Amino acid sequence: MMKHLGWLLVLLACGAGGAAAVEPLPVFPSVVAGRGMTFPADTGAHPDYRTEWWYVTGWLKDDQGGERGFQVTFFRVRSGIGEGNASRFAPRQIMLAHAALADPATGRLLHGERTERAMAPLAGAAQDRTRAWVGDWSLALEDGAGHGRYRAQASSENFAFDLSLVAGAAPLLNGRAGYSQKAPDPLNASYYYSRPQLAVDGTLTLHGEARKVRGHAWLDHEWSSAIMPDGARGWDWIGINLHDGGSLMAFRMRDAQGAALWSGGTLREGGGDARRLEPGQVVMQPLRHWRSPRSGAEYPVGWKVDIDGRQFELRPLMDDQELDSRRSTGAIYWEGAVRLFEGEREIGQGYLEMTGYAGRLRM
Amino acid sequence: MSSGAALRHVFLASLRRRMATALSLLAIALGVALGLAVHLIQGAALDEFGRGMRLVSGQADLQVLGPRAGFDEALYVRLAQHPDVAEASPVLEIEARLPGRDMTLRILGLDVFRAARVSPTLLPLVEDLPSQGDTRFAALREDALFLSSAARAALGDTLDVQAGLRIARLRVHGGLPGVGGGLWLAVMDIAAAQQLFGRIGQLSRVDVRLAAGVDPAHARVRLQALLPAGVSVVTPEAVASQSVELSRAYRVNLAMLAAIALLTGSFLVFSTQFLSVVRRRQELAFLRALGVERAALMRGLLAEGATIGTFGSVVGVGLAYALAAAALGLVGADLGAGYFSGLTPSIAFQPVATLLYVLLGVIAGMAGAAFPARAAARMAPARSLHAGGGDGMPGGTVRWRALLLILGMAGLASIAPPVSGVPVFGYVAIALLLGAAVLVLPGATRIATVALRRADGPLTMRLAQARLSAVPGQAVIAGAGVVASVALAVSMLVMVHSFRVSVDDWLAIMLPADLYVRASGAAGSGHFDAEAVARVAALPGVAQVEAVRFDTLRLSAGRFPMTLIARPLHAGARLPLVASDDWSNDGRPPAWLSEAAADLLGLTVGDEISLPLGGRAHAFVVAGIWRDYARQHGAVALELDTWRAMTGDQTVNDLALWLQPQARADSVAATLREHFGATLVEITTPGKLRQVTLAVFDRTFFVTWLMEAVAIVIGLFGIATTFAALSISRRKEFGMLRHLGMLPTQIGRVLGWEGALTALVGVAVGMCAGGAIALLLIHVINRQSFHWGMALHIPYSLLGGFVLLLVGLSVFAARWAGRRAMRVDAVLAVREDW
Repeated sequence: MMKHLGWLLVLLACGAGGAAAVEPLPVFPSVVAGRGMTFPADTGAHPDYRTEWWYVTGWLKDDQGGERGFQVTFFRVRSGIGEGNASRFAPRQIMLAHAALADPATGRLLHGERTERAMAPLAGAAQDRTRAWVGDWSLALEDGAGHGRYRAQASSENFAFDLSLVAGAAPLLNGRAGYSQKAPDPLNASYYYSRPQLAVDGTLTLHGEARKVRGHAWLDHEWSSAIMPDGARGWDWIGINLHDGGSLMAFRMRDAQGAALWSGGTLREGGGDARRLEPGQVVMQPLRHWRSPRSGAEYPVGWKVDIDGRQFELRPLMDDQELDSRRSTGAIYWEGAVRLFEGEREIGQGYLEMTGYAGRLRM
Repeated sequence: MSSGAALRHVFLASLRRRMATALSLLAIALGVALGLAVHLIQGAALDEFGRGMRLVSGQADLQVLGPRAGFDEALYVRLAQHPDVAEASPVLEIEARLPGRDMTLRILGLDVFRAARVSPTLLPLVEDLPSQGDTRFAALREDALFLSSAARAALGDTLDVQAGLRIARLRVHGGLPGVGGGLWLAVMDIAAAQQLFGRIGQLSRVDVRLAAGVDPAHARVRLQALLPAGVSVVTPEAVASQSVELSRAYRVNLAMLAAIALLTGSFLVFSTQFLSVVRRRQELAFLRALGVERAALMRGLLAEGATIGTFGSVVGVGLAYALAAAALGLVGADLGAGYFSGLTPSIAFQPVATLLYVLLGVIAGMAGAAFPARAAARMAPARSLHAGGGDGMPGGTVRWRALLLILGMAGLASIAPPVSGVPVFGYVAIALLLGAAVLVLPGATRIATVALRRADGPLTMRLAQARLSAVPGQAVIAGAGVVASVALAVSMLVMVHSFRVSVDDWLAIMLPADLYVRASGAAGSGHFDAEAVARVAALPGVAQVEAVRFDTLRLSAGRFPMTLIARPLHAGARLPLVASDDWSNDGRPPAWLSEAAADLLGLTVGDEISLPLGGRAHAFVVAGIWRDYARQHGAVALELDTWRAMTGDQTVNDLALWLQPQARADSVAATLREHFGATLVEITTPGKLRQVTLAVFDRTFFVTWLMEAVAIVIGLFGIATTFAALSISRRKEFGMLRHLGMLPTQIGRVLGWEGALTALVGVAVGMCAGGAIALLLIHVINRQSFHWGMALHIPYSLLGGFVLLLVGLSVFAARWAGRRAMRVDAVLAVREDW
């Protein structure tokens, strides 16, 4: 989802203002309704568009029954730089990757990151089907049979994982046949499909100790050229695998006062068809706040969510799932594993992302 | 009177002879000042150099380096994927010409994402984001340049750089906060640099950080196996030390010159102390009679020398720091020799070096005092107490056996090989020759006075001769400093003159064309392509064009890369050959090695040499060895056609133009400027190049001359102090002469003759020694330090003038010193017999 914009902050930059851009920006294709999607071709990269991401979030359970959240993301950005440069190093496409592990025993997120210019064979994103990689980190659609099997690999100082993600159903198109509007202006939109309910099986290495894990995950794949509306401060997003086999995606874009500029989502109840949620059908209200001792930002870590009249409650796996990536992308935000409750019954598990709480997000 | 009080009295009295003491002190101060100043300047330059090297290599464990012109970027991909490698960071280094400015700027083309993990100190900080459009990845923009603070202060916000034969305007988008101090450096994106400078597909370096737990030595071997010929894996420390080693011979030579100044100072202390012992012989004998032990007496006299040495050193240290700061500003950190250009170091307090030089000064003072002290301690008190005793001068006999032994040792030292690139034994031979020259001095004086004796000569001259042949030791004391300084001055004059003439001859062969057009050097940003060369050839007035290509050759990982010169050589006829052979029947292509290359590689004519060209090793035959004064690290010359056939490289750095008979160089130059733009190419005539080269040559020897001048001044001090002291101890003699009716002016003339004769002998001996030392400098010191040979050329008129000047100055010094003697009351002087 658009949460991913958080990553795409000014790279290696400080301050603002000054000289005008000298290199004319390329014309990025607009996202328009009615394009439709073809698979598996659309699981690959769309390098003409400005930004694109493959975003995997999920829950893992080890042999001892310990539960952890994980997240691994690959971004592709068309920088608009070096379009006419014959150099193999030309930074036309930049690949960024992030991985994080929510381990309640640690009490906060472990995370790692990689950034490279796309340059085969070191980093890049294939066009025919999902394969995005930066060094030895990768996400690939390895098996097109059935509904597809992905493999996700990432490693950092404290943790590493190598997971197989098996889809049980065809891609779920968000918005109108994959055209997902983000703001009142229809130009602020993306092409967006999700792969909820991926069955996870693999190895998690934590502090040097490898363990078998199983679980479920959610993959978002989204590409766009102009996504964030003016006047937006940040957003809140959830992607939940429902225990009945269904899925819920919902988001809201906030303005400077914290009011929703736009909202939307997709709900599929177990066994049923997917339903598009219009702005009026998604209402998110904070229930409980947690203040980060590091950044001082206050995040609503508990939520009341009203989806088309049904009342849900979001409770985090742990409060401290703040991610400080100021050193690479400049953003501080909350990205963590949550449980979804209806009444006192847990009906799903997934991820919640909240941006724009530690200062306005800049793009 | 207690002996302690007596000692104090005697020694305090000695220090009251301000003039002589002050001169000795000054001599030591100058020696210490020069030595320490050279050390400080070079310490500062090396510090700055090392800092720059460390900064540029960052946290890299290993560096993969190839020829200056670059190597295939595919190597980077291979290295980055190697299991031993945690991170690999590619670098394209460009020495960018800045049109309109007489300088180049070192631009590093980096992949900032990679550099962030290997050399984070080089990361740019973007300060001005574009107000519209995509603000991300601002550091990657194609026109974005990032400058270190020193470069930024001088260059401003936009910068024109030369790329090929056009000008590109780059914008300074920020700084390099990790690059402090005076370092000049620029960073831009590697893709932009490849594109802009026409180096697509090429890299100059890959910095490698090894995976955890990988042994660097083993990794080096494994990675080297991946690399083609001419590309090496080295540690950053080795890269730095290779560059530092290159300047070591030069630095050692300067330090030696300073040591010689100090040695001359020591001679002067010897003169002063000896004379002061002579003057005080009765007082000293009296002390001995009072029961003062020999050892105590000796200690007291040594302490005098040490006192002079200490004060001299302290003054010298102050002077050294002032001198070093002034020299840095005036001629630069490399003292004009070109080893550390682009650095702006500052002088820091160096406690160890400072202490060392203070110690050297004290030792020089004590060494000078040692012989006089020993002589004083050996005096028989009864004889010395008698007023009519001799002067106590050293005898006039020459110790032939010792002399022969010393000369033999010098001979042996001169044929010994260098010690890790420094001609240690060469310097030993020079020191031995100097010692021999001083030993031979009394004998030479006696021979000279006998040879010059003429019955009809003026009375004053005969008197002077009588004195000198009676007391030849006087010549030793007065002349020792002169001999040393003359020997060194003469040897340097001869060596530098030989060098200069040889350089001039060398230039004539190296620059046969009428006009030279340069785009830039091997890693430079300017170059000609085939089309530009054709255009030049077609210009009116141009008869013939020859292209020159420069690159570097990395023949082994442990060695500083050699220069490669590819140009039409006409079977070697275009090179100043010192050795050659007929290679036309050899199947292998010919390569010509410079003397340095031949020395360093241990190769000679007819040997095979394997040269890595275009990533592959090719076998060449050494067709000849040529003289090269420009590249101490070695150079290899190839026929341009061979180079092009083996590498496919058509790039041209320089063009040599022969003009049609009626064409004028300046009008052709004007056409060229019109054609290429006035700032993009440097156009020079051989005459201009020669002028510039010789100016650089002279600048290099500027410091040398400075030191020589100091040595000579110190030598003259020797004559002045000797005669000043002698004129006092010889008051009775002069009083007697006055009684006999001599006029003060005549006594002055006697002194003048003595001074002239002493100087003449000193100069003559000094010149002989100097000639021998010159040969050592040419054939041992230069050859072993810099690996170049030269032909002996003697600057007769210069030497003649120098001798006349020195003898004249000696006469003046002797007469001036003796002025007091001329004024003495004759009656009083004779009566002063106690």
